[in-house]
Amino acid sequence: MARGTFTVTRLPGFNGIAIAVFVALYAPIAMLVVNSFNAGDSIAIWEGTSLRWYERAWANAQVKDATLRSLIIATTAATVATIAATMVALATTRKKPFRGQTAVYVAINQPLMVPEIVTAVALLIFFATIKVATGYQGLGYLILAHTAFCIPFAYLPIRARLEGMDMTLETAAADLYATHWRTFRYVTLPLMAPGILAGFMLAFVTSLDDVVITLFVKSAGQDTLPTYLLGQIRRQVTGEVNAISTVLLCLTVALLTTFFLLTRKKS
Amino acid sequence: MSLAEARRERDQVRRSWLLSLPALFLLAIGAIGPLFIMVVYSFLTPGKYGNVEWIFSTDAWRGIIFTKDIFDETLKLADAHLTIFWRSVKLSFLTTVFTFVVGFPTAWFIATQPPRWRPFWLFLITIPFWTNLLIRTFAINQIIRTEGLLNTILLKVGIISTPLNLLYTDTAVFIGMTYVYLPLMVLPLYAAIDRFDHRLLEAGYDLYASRMAVLRRIIFPIVKPGIVAGSILVFIPSLGAYVTPRILGGGRNMMIGNFIELQFGQGRNWPLGAALSVVLLLIVTAALLVYVKFANREGGHG
Repeated sequence: MARGTFTVTRLPGFNGIAIAVFVALYAPIAMLVVNSFNAGDSIAIWEGTSLRWYERAWANAQVKDATLRSLIIATTAATVATIAATMVALATTRKKPFRGQTAVYVAINQPLMVPEIVTAVALLIFFATIKVATGYQGLGYLILAHTAFCIPFAYLPIRARLEGMDMTLETAAADLYATHWRTFRYVTLPLMAPGILAGFMLAFVTSLDDVVITLFVKSAGQDTLPTYLLGQIRRQVTGEVNAISTVLLCLTVALLTTFFLLTRKKS
Repeated sequence: MSLAEARRERDQVRRSWLLSLPALFLLAIGAIGPLFIMVVYSFLTPGKYGNVEWIFSTDAWRGIIFTKDIFDETLKLADAHLTIFWRSVKLSFLTTVFTFVVGFPTAWFIATQPPRWRPFWLFLITIPFWTNLLIRTFAINQIIRTEGLLNTILLKVGIISTPLNLLYTDTAVFIGMTYVYLPLMVLPLYAAIDRFDHRLLEAGYDLYASRMAVLRRIIFPIVKPGIVAGSILVFIPSLGAYVTPRILGGGRNMMIGNFIELQFGQGRNWPLGAALSVVLLLIVTAALLVYVKFANREGGHG
């Protein structure tokens, strides 16, 4: 801040606000994590370090059940969404846009634009009719709903990867008499792989974190980890919720860091 | 165009559609199609135990702002509903403004860091964006509750003598929404500022403009598309917020999202819930159309 050096990009107070914002973004999360190791019952008074809340969460059958369900849904939905997104990304990143491509874009991005609560209500109504008609009450509804809203999240990194790719390699393969399929299998797909993996991870995280749509679509006894947490928060605050949240946080951060490294290599 | 070329192009188009089909199908039954069914349901009669009876009625639409007097059947404005709408709009607006006020300096800060460090700072903004909204809201809940960190600090320092009862108030919802939606403001602002040509600032200062003048007359007009994008990205989820008002606003300080959910629970009025959802959808569509129009105009000029 030495006087005399005039930096054009400096605006008074901006750096201070920015640092305050970063602190404010992380302090509450940090407190939540710290409290998950609190030996006491209170969230305000520190009574020493302990893993008792983790042990309790681990022993809780409902938590285990919800975790397993969350993982099944996220894995299935993210896999299906990634496959569908890869296919549609291949269709929409060719040099020449095809007729109706704008409509396809709008459809893919629709889950990003419509408020979650609206989609949740629409799905509740739609699935209620099907539940009555078919009698099927299984996880299929949740998986379908999750797959649909995961598609745009899987699509974005895959498309970004495809757009940044050197398409002349495909032409080279074709010049060497490779068939369409062999070109795709041995040239396009390996080049796309980091984008596909990144897309899968974003879709997985999105599915794992969903609350609102899951809450409306699930049948009785189909709690996922987030809806279980929501129910617990309403009842009372225990360190168990903090412990589960911390584990979920760590998982998300680990996946995001991998995503970050995967997509950075490209540029 | 030769016959062979035309055929190759037709094949190409067909292949593109075939590749798009699985995604379009999943979206049609898992997201888009049900929206139309929802519109139909808003014109039906509520069933006694939830769901609907297939009798046409516009009661749900009237019920959004009017309520029928149970004695003489006259229509009155539904004050309770209007209060909820007003709270939703007010809180969403305040959230948008405040995220901009603190988000702009943050985005500016990131954009003026050495290029090598920018991805790191951006990553720090992105992590909260991707972490569970429920967990972040819950973290705020723990900070602002009566025995929470905020009150503990304020009491220790001596700024207040009795703890603030923030939790389950509109202020709590506002704090929570600002916290969870801030990254949605910072990211588009950063994208706009990053493209900004810093030589324009030099030009401004050379012409003896003050810092305020440079900010108002040069920076804001140029990064306006980022401001509009960020505002819409924050306003839309705020207006449809469900989790944050539920955890921080409690049962009484409902927003539209919670009011909609109520119609599918205790309220047992599915058509009203559907009609409210359609209204929310229309508001969002209007906001997006304004944005698209705005973005196109900007693009045309620059």
